[in-house]
Amino acid sequence: MSLLSFRGGVHPPHYKEATERCKVEKAKEPSRVVIPLQQHIGAPCEALVKPGDKVKVGQKIGEAKAFVCAPVHSSVSGEVKQVTKMLTPTGEAECVVIESDGLNELHESVKPKGDLENLSGKEILEIIKEAGIVGMGGATFPTHVKLSPPPDKKVDTIILNGAECEPYLTADHRLMLENPESIVFGLRAMMKVASVSKAYIGIEDNKPDAIESMKNAAKEYKEIEVVGLRTKYPQGAEKQLIYACTKREVPSGGLPMDAGVIVNNVATASAIGNAIKTGMPLIERICTITGKGIKEPKNLLIKVGTSIKEIIEQCGGYNGTPGKLILGGPMMGLSQYTDEIPSTKGTSGILVFTPEEARLPEPKACIRCGKCVEICPAFLQPLYISAYALNNMYDTAEKYRALDCIECGSCSFICPSKRPLLQSIRVAKREIIAKKRKSK
Amino acid sequence: MENRLIASSSPHIRADESVNKIMRDVVIALLPATLAGVYFFRMGAVKVILAAVIAAVLTEAAIQKICKKPVTINDWSAVVTGLLLAFNIPASAPWWIPVIGSIFAIAIVKQVFGGLGHNFMNPALAARAMLLASWPVQMTAWIKPGADAVSTATPLGMLKEGTTEAFPSLADLVIGNVGGCIGETSAILLIIGGIYLVYRGVITPRIPVIYIGTVAVLMMIFGGFDVNYMLTNVFAGGLMIGAIYMATDYASSPVTPKGQVIFALGCGILTAVIRKFGGYPEGVSYSILVMNVAAPLIDKYTSPRVFGEVK
Repeated sequence: MSLLSFRGGVHPPHYKEATERCKVEKAKEPSRVVIPLQQHIGAPCEALVKPGDKVKVGQKIGEAKAFVCAPVHSSVSGEVKQVTKMLTPTGEAECVVIESDGLNELHESVKPKGDLENLSGKEILEIIKEAGIVGMGGATFPTHVKLSPPPDKKVDTIILNGAECEPYLTADHRLMLENPESIVFGLRAMMKVASVSKAYIGIEDNKPDAIESMKNAAKEYKEIEVVGLRTKYPQGAEKQLIYACTKREVPSGGLPMDAGVIVNNVATASAIGNAIKTGMPLIERICTITGKGIKEPKNLLIKVGTSIKEIIEQCGGYNGTPGKLILGGPMMGLSQYTDEIPSTKGTSGILVFTPEEARLPEPKACIRCGKCVEICPAFLQPLYISAYALNNMYDTAEKYRALDCIECGSCSFICPSKRPLLQSIRVAKREIIAKKRKSK
Repeated sequence: MENRLIASSSPHIRADESVNKIMRDVVIALLPATLAGVYFFRMGAVKVILAAVIAAVLTEAAIQKICKKPVTINDWSAVVTGLLLAFNIPASAPWWIPVIGSIFAIAIVKQVFGGLGHNFMNPALAARAMLLASWPVQMTAWIKPGADAVSTATPLGMLKEGTTEAFPSLADLVIGNVGGCIGETSAILLIIGGIYLVYRGVITPRIPVIYIGTVAVLMMIFGGFDVNYMLTNVFAGGLMIGAIYMATDYASSPVTPKGQVIFALGCGILTAVIRKFGGYPEGVSYSILVMNVAAPLIDKYTSPRVFGEVK
């Protein structure tokens, strides 16, 4: 099997052994959920419920009023206690607090939506939107927006991201092993929406069992090709994945659709499959809870809104004093300063480091070894952008194309001087974008 | 638990690489050639190597102390500079030659410009050029390998003069059993060290291979397609040490792959031209120094095409 890849990238240690063979377990029913009304880039939802209201599983509790927005639903049945601003993984946001009655009563709207053959693309798109489906790789961009490119963009290919190149995470891996049919079903639904006739499912070759499983599930469909990708970070980055599968480059500053491609995570596809087959909106997801700081690493099916603290308790709790809590993977995940936050649709992993692992390395002088240039998958020169950013020379940083940085973190990872390369490039990007806004 | 958790920006894991490790690898790569130098030139080599390394490390420590900067001598970079400088000095040189060279390399070429990573020239090479200009007699008092320290000429010197009676065999050239600086003689051991550096990911083969290849091709042409002349030029003198250990110096060579190709081509052309047409028999030091100065400019004009960019 020839492996597809891209130029650049790094090989961080995987650390997937802890959970890659752990079957997905259903998490304990939460007694209380905190469901953020904003779980994605874009506009927040408007609450449809108020304290005292009774809600059921799958009931819509937040309505999307803007275009780039996805509705949210209750993951339990019970009573709304509060609608208030609370801390979420991405900062403060309006949240709906629901106390579960433990009955898990289904809402009337949760019913099968019919056969894929009989549904039109438009109807499927509406189902996806109403089910509140977002990108489950972590960025949680509303999927119906991704699937509605403007008419002048000709999309001819859909790529499902099963690379799971982030170390530690195994949620997508388990999903591909345990529920490949729903992924393929969801993918076919998406192909119908975007009316494309070609699809790839890209999986890194460190998961041969997942490649096998997906090939089996997709063997009836000639238009779906399961491809093995070289195990390399960031193989799952949108632009790198598109290049690996189609040898097309997304133009600088452009979106995947500018290369005629839509990329979605395998878990997103599975959620779409679910929404069509059972009518259940996106209220739960698989999450990998792992790291040296966790007693019993697991893959759990968690309900959106369950507190991170409660989830960790179900994995035997912390192994000693926790040093760092990361939501997502170690390369791109967000570190949190408390575990008293709710999980969201994008919580692909909960990673806990020991205090030793969490210690930040002391940056040394740049020795110009050029390793960051060698490995940058966007072909940038991180050492220069970072140096200009640290000297407040944002115009020069822009000339060195800071905005093309995909923030994969490979440069910071590889730097022998432990310099905060990505961290400073992020600052430059923010300054450049802010300046552009001002001058407009 | 709020105050105990560290919240920082991603990525949260770092590769197991460090400056110390890289520099230590360079020292390890240089060890075989160091031992060969000591074997061929006996106590003279030991004296020069120790003087250069100790002076380099002490100078670094002293300057950082005086400037109230953190003392970084345990990053091994001063050791590398001292060792490389010693490699470029004949074993017959008095002890103060390497000491002055090391002080100049560290104090002027490295620390004045901001320390590790900020030197625009290779410190060891710049120091060698300075020593050669100031004490030409001591710096070119070549001796024959062995215990008796008989003075001799270097193979390249003989080639330049046209005196070929005492000319060493190609095998002696490759092994290093010829007159010359301490570390530039044993081509084969320097190459082995270079392979180790490539294997460890410290350097890419780009600069050494293109540099040596360019010299080989040009010498083939300049020598009227005489294979022996070409091989002599490739294996004699400082080409190996220059191409593998000095032209690849991170701080003073370009960082872009394309820039490194241009840099190596430039080094190769200059070396061949100086050796063939210049007044000195050896061109490696000067060609690398000249290209060091051009490196920032090369970097500037060889920015890689960004992913997705239409040029």
